[in-house]
Amino acid sequence: MKPENEQRDGISRRHALECMIWAGTGVLWTVSGGLPRSLSLLDSAEAAEAAASGLLFLQISDSHVGFDKEANVTAVDTLHEAIGKVKALPLKPSFMIHTGDITHLSKPDQFDDADQIIGGTGIDVHYVPGEHDVVDAGQGKAFLDRYGKQSWGQGWYSFDQAGVHFIGLVNVVDLQAGGLGNLGAEQLAWLQKDLGGRPSSTPIVVFAHIPLWTIYPQWGWGTADSAQALALLKRFGSVTVLNGHIHQIIQKVEGNMTFHTARSTAFPQPAPGAAPAPGPMIVPAEQLRGMLGLTSVSYVVGQTDLAIIDSTLA
Amino acid sequence: MPAFARRPLLPAFALAGIALLLAISAPASAKDWTVTISNFAFAPAETDVAAGDTVTFVNGDDTIHSVVADDGSFHSDGLDTSDKAAFTFPKAGTIGYHCGLHPFMTGKIVVK
Repeated sequence: MKPENEQRDGISRRHALECMIWAGTGVLWTVSGGLPRSLSLLDSAEAAEAAASGLLFLQISDSHVGFDKEANVTAVDTLHEAIGKVKALPLKPSFMIHTGDITHLSKPDQFDDADQIIGGTGIDVHYVPGEHDVVDAGQGKAFLDRYGKQSWGQGWYSFDQAGVHFIGLVNVVDLQAGGLGNLGAEQLAWLQKDLGGRPSSTPIVVFAHIPLWTIYPQWGWGTADSAQALALLKRFGSVTVLNGHIHQIIQKVEGNMTFHTARSTAFPQPAPGAAPAPGPMIVPAEQLRGMLGLTSVSYVVGQTDLAIIDSTLA
Repeated sequence: MPAFARRPLLPAFALAGIALLLAISAPASAKDWTVTISNFAFAPAETDVAAGDTVTFVNGDDTIHSVVADDGSFHSDGLDTSDKAAFTFPKAGTIGYHCGLHPFMTGKIVVK
């Protein structure tokens, strides 16, 4: 990566983000005076500035509390480790976003355990369900009973913080045969209303479980009707889309939109097409924690792009 | 002295009625079929059954799946490894189904 002077305009920051994607392991690079410097997660001037005058939050995803098979017989333990890292952060995030698959089987004790462990950070958490969170007999009632207050339909909602508008979407309900994720007409109508009238300069963060762009349709890694949602978001100057579901980092920048999927805290999954099926991937024990992790997102008031930094458990 | 009336055998029509009842209430063996879920696929993908048969789905994967009829006529909970869900099909017809978590997994039951 050629060093270049740090700039504040959108295009070169996008290049920097793309380079950070390939660097992979949670090192934040800043470039100043032509020389790259590496800084540990959330220990940078940028992060401090975000925490002071903007916004610092975390994305956690796919904790799958209750999973106990070979890929990670102690998924609860790795969740504990991830939360331990959150508690040890020098700069306290304002809140966390959980992009779903909180539990593995939507069972009450799994929701209880997840809530207790994740709640141990003492900071607010905003949840959206994954498909593993809506397999109870009530087909989603268990999730809504716990996390659906002040939400609509199957659990979608929005909130504002530090001038950023956050939108939690649900695309894991009523999935049709042969298909991808699904938002549905009612949710799209709500989204249109929710965005209507907001200035295009408002930074938007959208979070949902299944990727809102098509990564690998053969494995259901995409959302059938997301194009309508993305069309509604297109006019905004800064849109960040945070997803989970695939248990690995895949990112894309398109126009003013940055798309990011997070690692799981429970188990890795194969790269698209690299295995016969997208199930839990068994890796040597010493490699596991390098494939699990968290994401921090920082927003500095006045900057267009949010900085997304992924870190692993080891 | 009255003569003993000979006890008549059951009238023929009563016998026929009993036979008919037996035939209706015990159809020639309703069968049980098994569909295994393995490597994110239903095996076999198509199951041909007779009306009244039962199909039991067994999850052989190390993650969870569910079984959902395309027309909504049946819907299992999440099935962990080794969990089962059984459904009986009383009427003729073809019912497509898919996994509720991974809807690219599909299968069908043809009831004759």
